[in-house]
Amino acid sequence: MKALVWHGKEDIRCDTVTDPEIQDPRDAIIKVTSCAICGSDLHLFHNFIPGMLPGDIMGHETMGEVVEVGSGVDGKLKKGDRIVVPFTIICGECDQCKRGNFSVCETTNRKRHLADKVFGHATAGLFGYTHLTGGYPGGQAEYLRVPFADATHIKVPAGIPDEQLLFLSDIFPTGWQAAVQCDITPTDTVAIWGCGPVGQMAIRSAILLGANQVIAIDCLPERLSMAEAGGATTINFETESVLERLKELTDGRGPEKCIDCVGMESHVISSLPDTLLDRAKQLVMVESDRPHVLREMIYVCRPGGIISVPGVYSGFSDMLPMGAFMNKGLTMRTGQTHVNRWTEDLLRRIEDGEIDPSFVITHTVPLEQGPEMYQVFRDKRDSCVKVVLKP
Amino acid sequence: MFHFSNIVRTKGDPKIVESGPSLKRPEDQLARALGWFSIGLGVVEFFAPRRVTETLGMEGHETLVRAFGVREILSGIMSLSVDKNAGLWARVGGDGLDAAALLSGLTSDNPRKGNIALALLMVGGIAMLDYRAAQDTKPRRPPRDARRKLYPNRSGFPKGIESARSKARQIPSHAAAGQS
Ligand SMILES: NC(=O)c1ccc[n+]([C@@H]2O[C@H](COP(=O)([O-])OP(=O)(O)OC[C@H]3O[C@@H](n4cnc5c(N)ncnc54)[C@H](O)[C@@H]3O)[C@@H](O)[C@H]2O)c1
Ligand SMILES: [Zn+2]
Ligand SMILES: [Zn+2]
Repeated sequence: MKALVWHGKEDIRCDTVTDPEIQDPRDAIIKVTSCAICGSDLHLFHNFIPGMLPGDIMGHETMGEVVEVGSGVDGKLKKGDRIVVPFTIICGECDQCKRGNFSVCETTNRKRHLADKVFGHATAGLFGYTHLTGGYPGGQAEYLRVPFADATHIKVPAGIPDEQLLFLSDIFPTGWQAAVQCDITPTDTVAIWGCGPVGQMAIRSAILLGANQVIAIDCLPERLSMAEAGGATTINFETESVLERLKELTDGRGPEKCIDCVGMESHVISSLPDTLLDRAKQLVMVESDRPHVLREMIYVCRPGGIISVPGVYSGFSDMLPMGAFMNKGLTMRTGQTHVNRWTEDLLRRIEDGEIDPSFVITHTVPLEQGPEMYQVFRDKRDSCVKVVLKP
Repeated sequence: MFHFSNIVRTKGDPKIVESGPSLKRPEDQLARALGWFSIGLGVVEFFAPRRVTETLGMEGHETLVRAFGVREILSGIMSLSVDKNAGLWARVGGDGLDAAALLSGLTSDNPRKGNIALALLMVGGIAMLDYRAAQDTKPRRPPRDARRKLYPNRSGFPKGIESARSKARQIPSHAAAGQS
């Protein structure tokens, strides 16, 4: 089959690889009908997340049709079922899964000894991600083996197009969880850094959860226009002062809730000198992340507020203002998304026509063009916001 | 076809049968070569500055050579990173510093001025490559003032934003009613 394969930094190719096989009775194989490129894939493309090996298949936003099931799937799935595959692989039985903390499932990471050492505890297995999360082959491919398939799936009805359902795999629940973690009340201002696909979903989620005001921050006009369309007031951090504008828009109080949809690769520009220093430190490997957004959020967030971090960080961040964080009594909530915790609610909202996540798609291309689209998405060329690939 | 990466695959996972084309362009390969060259030269300058100054008849300038070594290593690392363009421009600047330092040693009483001339020639050649690579690897981000498609109609709410907002407003009032 064809698959997008990681060969090294900035080197993803569309290779011919052997077809996946059932390896365990709890496996299923799907024929992929749609998959997407995520901002997290860009961190891998840049080799900023340790633990990738040449030959790894990319992709964790995937849906398709079940073509084969193992004997242990126990009737939970059958051939012909249409499913969206959550990017977190879950067993559904461990203590964490029972608590709904799916992204820290204690069973599915098959390289747990690695992760135990690096992070202190292993977290769930993830598709198409680093070997710290199991090194499972991803879904930017024609076929995908879904391990623990009896639990790791979202059954979706016929009659709704792929484009509306695909993002149940990751970015929609990710934006949703980011907003839910903010405990939004009807008087809150929610400020969202980053208007990529995750930021766009977080904006819509904050609106659906009843925020009084949503403010979105980025520097790309096309993404800011999409944020505005979704109900946000926007700030362009290249031409305006984020701190001043946020104060202005909140009568000097600062936003009660802040969401980081940027992560470890904040833009490096001379008007944000700390990003230059972070970049230099990254090059000589004394810091792994560029936490500009975290610093800014802690500084500007209203005391007693909540900081929610869906943006991915990989290792070590320097000069986080813990003094401000502690004295202002802030709360920080983070995590890879517990996808299946939110599915039922979100699927219903899509079915009811409350939201249509396909608004974010700007490019749909055949899988073979995937390698080019990584570059287009990374370089923000052609007003690209979200890429869907069709195998 | 043999693929080294297949050796480390977990048993049963898909293996590469045939690799597709890489999008790496010749200029990316050149940047890479220059990056490694920079690191190699930097390591020599840093750890054996005396060898360098002796060859050039410029004894006494070991500290400067060491500093240049650090500069070479840093711009080399940068040329190998995703910010290779900045690394290559740093190299172009460094070539200028190298040339200036060499010229200052090109005095009539230097018995090794032949070597210096040779070194200058080399720096010139490398500088041309650095410049070429820097030109060719310009980031492909659209410039800030480029024309862009905007998306003012993509709200994502099929029933409109106001409907989404008012639906949300009902939730808290329900919750409050439930509590009383
Ligand atoms: N927690 C999870 O489970 C989860 C899931 C999916 C994605 N993610 C992460 O979410 C983040 C965003 O993903 P995406 O797909 O939207 O990626 P993206 O790269 O398309 O979006 C990032 C956006 O941030 C903007 N940005 C950069 N620096 C900024 C700054 N200083 N201030 C404001 N905006 C800035 C960029 O212009 C860009 O539009 C990534 O880190 C990704 O890894 C996390
Ligand atoms: Zn993702
Ligand atoms: Zn589990």
